[in-house]
Amino acid sequence: MNEPILSVKNLKVHFPISKKGTFFQKVNLKAVDGVTLEVFKGETLGVVGESGCGKSTLARAIMRLLPSTEGTITLLGKNLLSLNKNQLQNARKDIQMIFQDPLASLNPRMTAGQIIAEPLKTFYPNLTNNEVKNKVSQMMNLVGLIPEHINKYPHEFSGGQCQRIGIARALILEPKIIVCDEPVSALDVSIQAQIVNLLKKLQRELGLTLIFIAHDLSVVKHISDRILVMYLGRPVEIGTRDQIYKNPKHPYTIALLSAVPIPDPELERKKVVQILQGDLPSPINPPSGCRFRTRCPLAEKTCSEIEPELKEANSGAMVSCLKFS
Amino acid sequence: MSLLSVNNLNIAFSTTDGAVSAVNGISLSLNKGEALGIVGESGSGKSQLVLGILGLLAQNGKTFGSVKFHDKELIGLSQNELNKIRGDKISMIFQDPMTSLNPYLRISKQMTEVLMLHKNLSYAEAKKESIHMLDMVRIPEAKNRIDMYPHEFSGGMRQRVMIAMSLLCKPDLLIADEPTTALDVTVQAQIVNLLQDLKRDLDTAIILITHDLGVVAGICDNVMVMYAGRTMEYGSVNNIFYNPQHPYTQGLLRSIPRLTDDSYSDLPTIPGNPPSLLNLPIGCPFQERCEYSVEKCSIKPPPLVSLSNNRKKACYRESVQ
Amino acid sequence: MSVIPTTAGLNKKTLAMQTLNKNLEVKGRSLWKDAFNRLSKNKASVVSIIILFLVSLAVIFAPYLSHYQMEDTDWGSIGLAPNFSTLHFFGTDDLGRDVFARTLYGGRMSLMIGIISSVVSIVIGITYGATAGYIGGKTDDIMMRIVDIIYSLPFMFFVILLMTFFGRNIFLIFVAIGAVNWLDMARIVRGQTLSLKSKEFIEAAHAGGVSSAVIIFRHIVPNILGIVIVYVTLTIPQVILTESFLSFLGLGVQEPATSWGVLINDGAQNVTVAWWRLVFPAAFLVVTLFCFNFIGDGLRDALDPKDR
Repeated sequence: MNEPILSVKNLKVHFPISKKGTFFQKVNLKAVDGVTLEVFKGETLGVVGESGCGKSTLARAIMRLLPSTEGTITLLGKNLLSLNKNQLQNARKDIQMIFQDPLASLNPRMTAGQIIAEPLKTFYPNLTNNEVKNKVSQMMNLVGLIPEHINKYPHEFSGGQCQRIGIARALILEPKIIVCDEPVSALDVSIQAQIVNLLKKLQRELGLTLIFIAHDLSVVKHISDRILVMYLGRPVEIGTRDQIYKNPKHPYTIALLSAVPIPDPELERKKVVQILQGDLPSPINPPSGCRFRTRCPLAEKTCSEIEPELKEANSGAMVSCLKFS
Repeated sequence: MSLLSVNNLNIAFSTTDGAVSAVNGISLSLNKGEALGIVGESGSGKSQLVLGILGLLAQNGKTFGSVKFHDKELIGLSQNELNKIRGDKISMIFQDPMTSLNPYLRISKQMTEVLMLHKNLSYAEAKKESIHMLDMVRIPEAKNRIDMYPHEFSGGMRQRVMIAMSLLCKPDLLIADEPTTALDVTVQAQIVNLLQDLKRDLDTAIILITHDLGVVAGICDNVMVMYAGRTMEYGSVNNIFYNPQHPYTQGLLRSIPRLTDDSYSDLPTIPGNPPSLLNLPIGCPFQERCEYSVEKCSIKPPPLVSLSNNRKKACYRESVQ
Repeated sequence: MSVIPTTAGLNKKTLAMQTLNKNLEVKGRSLWKDAFNRLSKNKASVVSIIILFLVSLAVIFAPYLSHYQMEDTDWGSIGLAPNFSTLHFFGTDDLGRDVFARTLYGGRMSLMIGIISSVVSIVIGITYGATAGYIGGKTDDIMMRIVDIIYSLPFMFFVILLMTFFGRNIFLIFVAIGAVNWLDMARIVRGQTLSLKSKEFIEAAHAGGVSSAVIIFRHIVPNILGIVIVYVTLTIPQVILTESFLSFLGLGVQEPATSWGVLINDGAQNVTVAWWRLVFPAAFLVVTLFCFNFIGDGLRDALDPKDR
């Protein structure tokens, strides 16, 4: 296999927060606690997990929008965490991001054209206005917006169109990799499909690499080549689409997949949901050993003692569970 | 006799940008123990419809038409009279449970208050009943938990507390506005299960508003598909899912990604964007995105016609099998 | 497919297309324009703006409106009641000075103090508050504690101190009022910045490599300007009142220069013999303050229609 475009090794993002009832004591909220992953050129890595699993924090740490506590993020051979300000600025050209809330990710006081052009003007301040405008029109065409709408403001566009503006902004620097943080979850069903198709089209035409973060497993299945399942800041299973969806190994992945509602009355009423007991434990003080053991139907005593590592299971996927090592 | 019957309901808002008609001539009826799913995208008027039914519209909203609940006309009732019905005979749960739970009061206080007000129970009786309800929605250790504050519950638990609260007076009708949208899939599955049980065990009628067709498939008996404030199609859940007649329903069902689909091919989409309610096209609101639209569609909106076996659709196109 | 634009390769056809596009381009409707439209539908605000505009015009062109100058003593008519035959529309005071002229000149002073002090407080307050809120952490802590400390200084004490050290001077009044007002502004702006900072479009700007200074002035400031403007329309009357209060205590504007505060003070002392010396300046002051408040209310509704 070729070199990965992006590789993350043992990434940890901890937020110090004040302990309840004390003034100066700080405890760490372990939002991301040891994630390792690789993304290869032209593929889509899906990241799934429920709220609080750290998937959005992971995205922001990779983008260096949040400081990382430990680990490395290597983009095209350079460790993003050891770059100085100028080097980082240069590296940003290669990695861009698409956000969840289409309207909130656009400055309401700027026109679509100004928003899309901003990264370009930041990196190439010497471009003439005409050159910038050309490129912006080109981008708007590419993402399916009408270039004549260049002077309209975000509130004059619908949600789907706003997301297209966000995508055009991410594309204008011609990045190698785009991190998509729940790009379709705030959109209507009929618009979701449009945006998913657009991302796939762009990937085909521009050879983009995508990290696609979402909580909707059906959407992730549709767009991803490989999938990472996260629980409480740690990866529980990584594998190809077929490995994860056809032959899930980790009990959490199985429970997650069984819970997805199926838009088919007969199948939906017949399906057996694996209900997870209890609530998500606090990321401030996660359970010892395996983090999923408090809700796991297979948990045994050893699960609280040994922290499972990612190991290859017989499906070929990497699974973090003592039952498979 | 149906429990709720809505006849030709219209809802209009006066805004600074002009009058907006959010709901256009909706009629529906609901029997005891029946679950109706209202499906639509944002701006389809599905939430405004139920708020209008309950008389909970924002100040600039006006309702026209008729809403009969137990044969009693709700439109035109005073807030006082409506308050008696709301919470007692009809209750509602919202997408964000925190908007309807008071963060400064213990759950016990909030729950007993409802019972003491509507059912004239004593505090002790009310509390016993409340604990029973919390047990029923499967809150573990309900006895201890009842004295906690809303923020001490997780998101899914809060939604369950909300449901327990809405069921306290044994309502005949439960209206759930996107009850699972803010929840994770595993929690969503629990709430869907819970709603299924309620319908079966208590014979409560449910109106479920959602954009998630999977949730509708699991709970509802009948489905109404709304678009731009109008009913596009109405029918039993099987008919809607297995034999959709309206181009919008068909497009919607095609465009959702499914777990059972293994292909990498592009999803079929509905082109274009939902119309702005401020300037709806003359005629069918879906015409601009419809692959079958003909000249007639842009002249007059197609009326909602009854088809065989309790189905309705608003489309000029001939029915297909 | 390449998406790199090659401007060198722009042939005539694409240039023609561009001009065509230019003609087809849809004009956007900015939030400011929206707000302006809503404001123009608010009757109270529109009337207030017109009145305020007229008052400002009168105050600016005072020398041309009044037959008399502010400091001129009309020996023939001392303590005269309002009448049109002598062209003393608002009467004269006990030195024979025309009250109409003095009211207009006083308005000049009052409005100038109000507007200049507010502008000073906006500039300092926005820069300071946005910086503190945006950088956050320790910097924010230190910057805001400085604000707290200045805030805790008694205002009167501060003014008296300034006066005794530097002597009485109009400029000092600006400084004194501005120095207190920017504190409020800084706090408001900081709060707004904190809530804006977590918005996704700020993250997007970061990801696009935009520098912090540009983020503050391009993304944050325009989005808090609405609240700032509303606050300013409520600050100006407050500043005018503060000046009146200082003048009342004898710390403000000094004779022969005058302001509405000074005039009202004088008028109040002579109200039993010459009511016109109180009523006219007071009426001007009250109307102006009302106008500012109505405009502030209207702006708030126009800029944030959801809050109604």
